[in-house]
Amino acid sequence: MKVELEADKCVASGQCVLAATDVFDQDDDGIAILLEDRPADELLDDVKEAVAVCPAAAIRLVEQ
Amino acid sequence: MADTLAGPASGTPQPLPEFPMPREARCPFDPPPALKDLQEQAPVTKVRLWDGSEPWLVTRYADQRTVLGDPRVSADTDSPGYPTKASPEGGEGKLGFIMMDDPEHARLRRMVTAPFAIKRVEALRPAVQKIVDDLIDGLLGRPGPVDLVEEFALPVPSLVICELLGVPYDDHAFFQDNTKTMVHRDATPEQRGRASREVAGYLAALIGKRLAEPRDDLLSSIAGRVTAGEIDHQQATEMALLLLIAGHETTANMIALGTLALLRNPDQLALLRENDDPKFVAGAVEELLRYLHITHLGRRRAVTGDIEIGGQVLRAGEGVIMANEIANRDPEVFPDPDRLDLTRDARRHVAFGFGVHQCLGQPLARMELQVVYGTLYKRIPTLKPACALEDVRFKNDAFIYGVHELPVSW
Repeated sequence: MKVELEADKCVASGQCVLAATDVFDQDDDGIAILLEDRPADELLDDVKEAVAVCPAAAIRLVEQ
Repeated sequence: MADTLAGPASGTPQPLPEFPMPREARCPFDPPPALKDLQEQAPVTKVRLWDGSEPWLVTRYADQRTVLGDPRVSADTDSPGYPTKASPEGGEGKLGFIMMDDPEHARLRRMVTAPFAIKRVEALRPAVQKIVDDLIDGLLGRPGPVDLVEEFALPVPSLVICELLGVPYDDHAFFQDNTKTMVHRDATPEQRGRASREVAGYLAALIGKRLAEPRDDLLSSIAGRVTAGEIDHQQATEMALLLLIAGHETTANMIALGTLALLRNPDQLALLRENDDPKFVAGAVEELLRYLHITHLGRRRAVTGDIEIGGQVLRAGEGVIMANEIANRDPEVFPDPDRLDLTRDARRHVAFGFGVHQCLGQPLARMELQVVYGTLYKRIPTLKPACALEDVRFKNDAFIYGVHELPVSW
């Protein structure tokens, strides 16, 4: 599975960082950064939570 | 038949339900029962507002997220059809970028996102812990009973905002006094207005100082945008005032109402008192945000392009209200939704709204509430209400729900 992030949609809510700390971080302005676009399987539940709570629909999890 | 009662069978349209709806006096923590009925039976339906307008009301969780995430809705109160709030408190005014649409909304919002990044907020945690500990020391130094709202719930966010903005310590008393008046139950609209102007004038002057000599604080960062020509001094002041207003009474109400809800649910309070795991405390905060949902007048939008939802079509030029408190009680998402259960996973709640306008200060609000809920009941394990539930005055008519006062002793 591959994570896709559209940073220009990000509204800096920080929710992805709280949901999946190992996969997302924020830049100096709070905008989301992808740390790992192919996260290990054990992180997928966290990533799915991040997708669900992102208020701006900026994150997608796609089959590879 | 001339004597047939008005109703669908007679062809006479039923009057639309009035919004907002009253809560059940015996269940002050639950949303109005009528919202639950609509969620079950008419999840997207027209309602009537105080001014006679008839916007849509959306009550299911999934539908609300769909509408709030749709670019065909506007948060601009001047957009045709925008459902206006009655003004029990002298008008809501236009609160900067939260009542603008993209791209201008995004441009201005991004100017103030930096201090709310998770790491920046975490760096503030020791300072917030000290604020909370000092206030509790102050409480414990007195015989009680005290009003928890006045002596604890309001001062916490006011002092945290001082810390965040970079208000010098010597000015904290001035800042606290005026911000207290801005939201005080007994203040007249004139007094509130004067206090608000005092604070705005103060912030404008402080931004002026930071323009000349920048420091490492939020006001300096806002001042930097003025220097860069992105906003003017007036807009900078409005932005600082918006952050204050958005983070003050909201957090205070969560502290006081949350404490009352926990005192009414002693088994849940015991969990919080006895558990030191930061993850548990963080989860408890999410559940209290879900359960209490203090923004009880709905997230409001004007429709700018036809949207099909829940078997209805919302037309451009109509208004739409998302009653988020009932979405947080949607059984499709939260099983046994009316139960306060600090152990549940409540992270998908919409207490901070949804879509591009979702609360900017949520990381700070979360951290403040984690410190408060994680500290207050451990340090005052015998905390108890000093009045009967029937005597507590709830803020049924206010923009933000909560309690006017909460007498407590220990």
